[in-house]
Amino acid sequence: MTEPDAAPRRNVDTERLMGLLSEMARIRAFEETAVAALESGLYPGFIHPSIGQEAVPVGVCAHLTEADPLLSTHRGHGHTMAKGATPTGMMCELFGRASGVCGGKGGSMHIADFRVGMLGANGVVGANILIAAGAAHALKVKGETGRVVACFFGDGAINRGPFLEGLNWARTFDLPVLFVCEENGFAATTRTGVLTAGDGPAARAESLGIPSLTVDGNDIQAVDEAAAVLVGAIRRGEGPRFLLAHTYRLTGHTSMDAAGYRPEGEAEERWTRDPISRCAERLRQAGVAETAIAAVIRSAEEEIEAALETAKDAPWPAPEAAFTDVQDLGAPVPTRPGGLAR
Amino acid sequence: MTVMTYREAARRALAEEMARDATVWALGEDLGRGGIFGQYADLTARFGPDRIVDTPISEAAIVGAAVGAAMMGTRPVVEMRIADFALCAIDELVNQAAKARYMFGGQARVPLVVREPIGVWPALAAQHSQSLEAWYTHIPGLVVVAPATPADARDLLKAAIRCDDPVVHLEHKMLWGLEDEVPDATNAAPDPAATLGRARIARPGDDLTVVTWSRLVHDSLAAAEILRAEGRSVEVIDLRTLWPWDQDTVLASVERTGRLLVVHEAVTVSGFGAEIAAVVSEALFGRLKAPVRRLGAPRAPVPYAPPLEEQVRLTAADVTAAARAMLG
Ligand SMILES: Cc1ncc(C[n+]2csc(CCOP(=O)(O)OP(=O)(O)O)c2C)c(N)n1
Repeated sequence: MTEPDAAPRRNVDTERLMGLLSEMARIRAFEETAVAALESGLYPGFIHPSIGQEAVPVGVCAHLTEADPLLSTHRGHGHTMAKGATPTGMMCELFGRASGVCGGKGGSMHIADFRVGMLGANGVVGANILIAAGAAHALKVKGETGRVVACFFGDGAINRGPFLEGLNWARTFDLPVLFVCEENGFAATTRTGVLTAGDGPAARAESLGIPSLTVDGNDIQAVDEAAAVLVGAIRRGEGPRFLLAHTYRLTGHTSMDAAGYRPEGEAEERWTRDPISRCAERLRQAGVAETAIAAVIRSAEEEIEAALETAKDAPWPAPEAAFTDVQDLGAPVPTRPGGLAR
Repeated sequence: MTVMTYREAARRALAEEMARDATVWALGEDLGRGGIFGQYADLTARFGPDRIVDTPISEAAIVGAAVGAAMMGTRPVVEMRIADFALCAIDELVNQAAKARYMFGGQARVPLVVREPIGVWPALAAQHSQSLEAWYTHIPGLVVVAPATPADARDLLKAAIRCDDPVVHLEHKMLWGLEDEVPDATNAAPDPAATLGRARIARPGDDLTVVTWSRLVHDSLAAAEILRAEGRSVEVIDLRTLWPWDQDTVLASVERTGRLLVVHEAVTVSGFGAEIAAVVSEALFGRLKAPVRRLGAPRAPVPYAPPLEEQVRLTAADVTAAARAMLG
């Protein structure tokens, strides 16, 4: 299949586009706030921001319901929020608090919200591809039709074995999976293309008989339209589909990575293709008032500001929580109250 | 009471669980032909290819898909063909299956069973013969099971399928053809909590406790019989579940006999015997009549030529000699 028409659209559904803008702005505000909070020492560790890539999860998740499972990556804030998780539950998780979506036991890299069908980020590149295939296989075993499993991964993940095994599996068993490759140009600090043989992610999917669409992943309308086509086909029982979204990671690999390996000016140039600005521009061209656009952005920022304040004051998990949810049989037994277990 | 093989007992266990619970399904290579040891014989005819699923040679995908399918409310029974191939799916088992419930704060359950045929079988050599149970006992989140008898091949597999934790279920290649009586009564519904984690006193005795599992239960019983002729009374404990392991039964026995010999087919160094030896030594120091001993394989790969294989494969004679040395 070919790329959908990338020419400027005459008929813009401004209401829909405003909704998508709002979702992207919420993710952007969340990640910018999370990076700043991390840099001020408000919580430990590091995060993988997806700043610049927001159009991909927002465009795809616009076609999913809570009944459609989603499997994410280490760079998963956008997927999680687009799937419907609340920024407060997410921010509390980053802060390691009891009210976090995972009770403070997962953090950014293992964020999940099963209530909205977000079945987990993953600290292991590519591992989610197999889990997604299996989630879809469960639907087949249970005889459920019409549900779709969405699986996001980066262009680096296509060089791991699970990419081949998982795509082959999904095709062989005709499973309802939408594979979404977010090609952001980098695998950690290395240009992915340098270490990838052949014609890339979509060609590999097509070689396994999985139809694909390739889009400008910074064009929210293009992602939205492609996702509509692909998700529709999967829901009709036509088996797996593949979406290759060209995008760009505007920050470093992690919040601590200054990305000095990038040629000077590259990021600046890429900022001019920022999906949020482009979406706003298209809305302006379609006649939406600047004040309305600004209001959407401001409302997103206010929502995230409130989430941050909640997270700052949220209580820590009880020490005993370190020993819960390990397993039913042979669970660790604390040897002193709130202390070490054996 | 019915006499049947370990293979048939395990086959029936899966069939009964699949008949009872529509969310139970099995996946692995060549299951449609009954599995390479015949432990899935005729199950496709009964349950169809959507529940006895023939998979590509993709061990990582077999376990990884099972993780996703388990999180979505089914109970996959995964066949690894032999334990050595399960190493191709270690991320899926250790980083995914064992961690999902914990790292997602209790949102996930991963009720899958990973069946791994273990152990030395004549001339299979280095890459088809390992017993790696200790690796799995080291991983929080996993339950580790190793049946030695047809009755346990059935009851422990049924309990493993009903268990909400991911279970590594180790079946010994040399035991598939073993025949023994299987009680009818326990057929019903083994409760995982009451079945897993319980050792079995395979033979009572007073002078020495042998703790063992899987194939070596039988060699240890043979050794105990030889030693009886020498006037020695050896208790043999079939541990059955390695995590969680039945410390109460083991400690009570060693407290009485004062001597512990742990016997396993796996390499001695960092084997699960080391854990048992340490726990018993810590708990019963001062009450032991002899230092705790471990008997396992030398730290060498399993060789091919029969006279070489003999050097690393424990027998009843090895157990007898080790026990005799401890009894003085
Ligand atoms: C199996 C594995 N190897 C290495 C890593 C370390 N690592 C984390 S993210 C990353 C880069 C992944 O690149 P890509 O898949 O393109 O995703 P992106 O980070 O660009 O979103 C690497 C190498 C890992 N988490 N898992």
